[in-house]
Amino acid sequence: MLDYAWLMLLFPALGTLIISLFGTRLGKRAVSILAPAMVFLSFVVAVAAFVSLLGLPVDERSREVTLWRWMVVGNFSVDAALLLDQLSITMALAVTCVGFLIHVYSAGYMHDDERVPRYFAFLNLFILAMLTLVLANNYLLLFVGWEGVGLVSYLLIGFWFEKPAAADAGKKAFIVNRVGDFGLLLAIMFIWTGIGSLRFADVFALAPQVWPAGSAVVGAVTLLMLLASTGKSAQIPLYVWLPDAMEGPTPVSALIHAATMVTAGVYMIARSAVLFDLAPASGNWVAWVGVLTAFFAGTIALTQTDLKRILAYSTVSQLGFMFIAVGVGAYAAGIFHLVTHAFFKALLFLSAGSVMHALNGELDIRKMGNLRVKLPTTYWTFLVGAAALAGIPLFSGFFSKDAILFAAFEKQLPVWIIGVITAFITALYSFRMVFVTFWGQERDRRLFNHAHESPRVVTIPLIILAVGAVLTGYIGLPAISAIDGWLAPAFHPAGAAAETHSVALELILLVVSGLIALAGVFAAYQAYMVDPDLPKRVRASLGRVGRLVENKYYIDEIYDMFVVNPLRDLGGWLGGVFDRRGIDGAVNGLAGVTGWLGAQARRLQTGMVGLYALAMLFGAVALLAWLATR
Amino acid sequence: MFLFVVFALIALAAAVGVITSRKPVYSALFLLLNFATLAALYIMVEAQFLAAVQIIVYAGAVIVLFLFVVMLIGGGELDDIGGRNKKFLARLTWPRGIALVLGLGLLVAVGYGLLSGQLMTATNDAAAFGQGSVQAIAAVLYTDYALPFELASILLLVGMIGAVALAQPPKKD
Amino acid sequence: MVPTSYFLILSALLFTIGTLGVLVRRNVLIIFMSVEMMLNAVNLSFAALARHFLDLNGQIFMLMVMVVAAAEVAVGLAIVMAVIRNKDTTNIEDVNLLKG
Repeated sequence: MLDYAWLMLLFPALGTLIISLFGTRLGKRAVSILAPAMVFLSFVVAVAAFVSLLGLPVDERSREVTLWRWMVVGNFSVDAALLLDQLSITMALAVTCVGFLIHVYSAGYMHDDERVPRYFAFLNLFILAMLTLVLANNYLLLFVGWEGVGLVSYLLIGFWFEKPAAADAGKKAFIVNRVGDFGLLLAIMFIWTGIGSLRFADVFALAPQVWPAGSAVVGAVTLLMLLASTGKSAQIPLYVWLPDAMEGPTPVSALIHAATMVTAGVYMIARSAVLFDLAPASGNWVAWVGVLTAFFAGTIALTQTDLKRILAYSTVSQLGFMFIAVGVGAYAAGIFHLVTHAFFKALLFLSAGSVMHALNGELDIRKMGNLRVKLPTTYWTFLVGAAALAGIPLFSGFFSKDAILFAAFEKQLPVWIIGVITAFITALYSFRMVFVTFWGQERDRRLFNHAHESPRVVTIPLIILAVGAVLTGYIGLPAISAIDGWLAPAFHPAGAAAETHSVALELILLVVSGLIALAGVFAAYQAYMVDPDLPKRVRASLGRVGRLVENKYYIDEIYDMFVVNPLRDLGGWLGGVFDRRGIDGAVNGLAGVTGWLGAQARRLQTGMVGLYALAMLFGAVALLAWLATR
Repeated sequence: MFLFVVFALIALAAAVGVITSRKPVYSALFLLLNFATLAALYIMVEAQFLAAVQIIVYAGAVIVLFLFVVMLIGGGELDDIGGRNKKFLARLTWPRGIALVLGLGLLVAVGYGLLSGQLMTATNDAAAFGQGSVQAIAAVLYTDYALPFELASILLLVGMIGAVALAQPPKKD
Repeated sequence: MVPTSYFLILSALLFTIGTLGVLVRRNVLIIFMSVEMMLNAVNLSFAALARHFLDLNGQIFMLMVMVVAAAEVAVGLAIVMAVIRNKDTTNIEDVNLLKG
C-alpha cells in the first residue's frame, strides 16, 4: 500500500485540473461534490498508508517512494520522492481529514458565491501543495510545497479581490512570506554546499559528521529555517500577515490560516530535529520566539472585537506554543499540539463562520449576545472548541498544551512561567468569546432576530470536528503517550533512548495547568457576565499599557514606519525621479542627440547626383588605392 | 598590333568626343563610333560572337534609343561645359577639378591594379581558344548558364514593361 | 598578338574617360552615354582576360552585362523622358528631389 501513497497527491491534483479546466461547465453542484470527494479519496489513501505503516515493525516505519528523477545538474540531483514515516503520515492524516471536513463545509458555506469552481480548484490545489510539503523526502520538494501553499494562501486570501482590503491582505501575506522563504532558500543552499544532498535521510545521517554540534554553519542553517518558519507560521516578527489574512473566506481561514498551512513551519522544524539538536542555541531562539509570540498575541487577542481576528491572534498564540515545544526539543509534543490545534481551531473558525453566516456577515462580538438560543448546534461546537483551546481538562488542548508546558518546565523554566501566564490568557479570551457571543443579552435586536442555524452541510462537519477536538487529546495521554512513542523514531532515526519522565511531576503540572485554565474561565465569567464594567476598570488602571495592547503594540504602524513607507518612498523616488529623469532622461537624451546628428547629416543630402557620384568615385579610388598598396 | 593601335586611338578619341560635344546628337554619334571600334577589338580577342552582339545591341538598339530621345527633346546646344569662348581654366570649377584629380587617381589605381599581376606577358595564344564562336558560347550558355540565361530574359521583360509604364503620359484626373 | 595588358590599359583609359564624363557633364543624356561607355570599357577587359585565361566564362559575363545594360538603357531613358515631361529640363542640377 505504501508504494501507492502517490495516489494521495494524484487525487487533489486531478481535482484541481478538472475543476480549473471544466469547472464552470460542470456547474457548482458537481464541483461541490467532486472537490470534497477527491480529498476524501486522499484521506482514504492516507488512512490505508497509516494502517500499513502500523503493521510494520518500528524500525521499518520509514519508506521512500521515488516517483521520478526530478533534476540532475552536474553532481546535484533531486528526486521527486515521497517519504512516508510516522511524522509525515500523521501530518497527512490531519491535513486530509480536516481538509475533507472543511471542503464539505465549504460546499454549504460558499454556496451563494459565483466563483465556486475557482474556489474549489484553489482548495484542491492547496491540499496538493500541503501534501507535497509534508510528504516530500527532500528539502527542495518540501520547498515546492512550501511555495505552493504560500501561493494558494495568497490566492484565497484575495479570493474576494473586489474588496481592496482582501487584495491588500493577500499581497501582505505574500510579501511577508517572501521574507521567510528567502531564509528557507538560503538554508537549503547551505545544506547543499555543506552536505551535498538534500534528501532528508542523507542530510540527517551526515549532518552530525559534517557539522560538529554547535558549529556556526548548522546554527546559521537552523536560524534561517527559524526565519522561514516565522514567516509561514506567523511568529514574531513576521506574524503581521495572519490577522489580515482573515479577509479570505472563513473556511479558508480555518483550513489554511489555522489548521494546516501555518503549521508548516512547526512541521519543518520538527522534521529537521536532527539539525536543531546540533544547534541548541537555535533551539532556544525558537522557544523564545514561540513563547513571546504566544504571550503577545494572546494579549492582543484579549482586546480584539472581531470574532475572526480574535481567532487569528489565538492561532498565532497557539503556534507560539508549538514553537516552544519544538524549541525545547519536545517535537512529539509540538506535533501533538499541531494535530489537536488543527481540529479545535478549524472547529472554532468554522463555528465562527456559521455565526457569521447566521448574522449576515457580522463579526463584531459587541453586536452579538445570547446566540445560544438561536444557534444551538453552533453554540455547542464552539463551546467544545473554546474549551479545547482554553485547555479545560479532558478536552484535547488540555493534554497537548500540558505536554508542551511540561517539556518547557524541564528545559527552560522562564519559558514555562510565561507559558503558564499565556495559558491563563488563552482561557480568558476563549471564554470571553463564548460569553460575549453566546451568553448574556442580545445587543443588536435586528441581527438577533434575523439569526438562523446553518444548514446541515455546515453543521455536520462541525459536529465531526467537535468529536475530533475532544478525542484527539487522548492519543497523547500522559503516561500512555501513544503519540510520543509513535513519533519519536521519526525525530531520532539513530534511535536515541527515550527519555523517562517523572510521572508524578507530570501529574502535578497537569493539575496546575487544569486549574489555571479553569481560573481563566472563571475570570472571564467574572469579567463578562457578572461584572461587565470590570474590563473597563482594568483597562483604565492599565493606562498606557492598555492602549498599547489595544493597538496591537503598534506593530503594523512600526512596520509601516520602518519598512513599508521607506520602501514605498524609495519606489516612488525610483519611479518618479530616477526612472523619469535618469533612465527616461538618458533614453530621451540619446534620441535627442541622434536627432541632432541626423539634422546635421541631412545637410550632406544635397540631392545633387553629381556630388553623389563624386563621393562614390572618391570611395572607389580610396578602396582601390588601399587594395593596390596593401 | 598596328590594327590595335589604330582602333585604340579611334576608341579613345571617340570617347573624348562623347564627353566634350556640345550637341547631344554628336555625343550619340561619337558613342556609336566608340562601340563599333570596341566590336573590332572584341574580334581581336577572339570574341567574334560578342562583337556581333555588340554591333546589334549597342550600335543598333541602344544608340537608336538615344537618338530617339535626342530627337524628342530637341538637339540644341548644351551649355553645361561652359560657354564656348571661355578659357579652359575658367571652365575648371572646383567640382570639375576634384573630378579630374580623382579621375587620374582612378586611372592610376586601376592601371596599377590590373598590371601588377603577371599580365605583362604576351597572350596565351592557344589555338584551342579559337572558339569564341557561336557554338562554343552556346555550349556553355545553354548548359552551365541555363538558369541565368532564362533570368536574363525575365530581366529584359521587366525592363521593357518598366519602360512602357514609365513612358506613359500621366493620367489626367 | 597584342598583349593582354594593352587591352587592359585601353580599358582603364576608356573607363576613366567615362567616369569623367559622368562627373563633369550635367546633361542627363550625356551622363547616360558615359555610363554606357564605362560598361563597355569593363566588357573589353572581360574579353581580354577571357582570352588570356582561355576561359569562356568571361564572355558569358559580357553577355550578361550587355543584357543588363540594355534593360538599364530602356528603363533609364524612360525615366529621363518622365523627368523631362515633369520638370522640362535635362540638367541634373535642377533635379534634386532627394535633397534632405
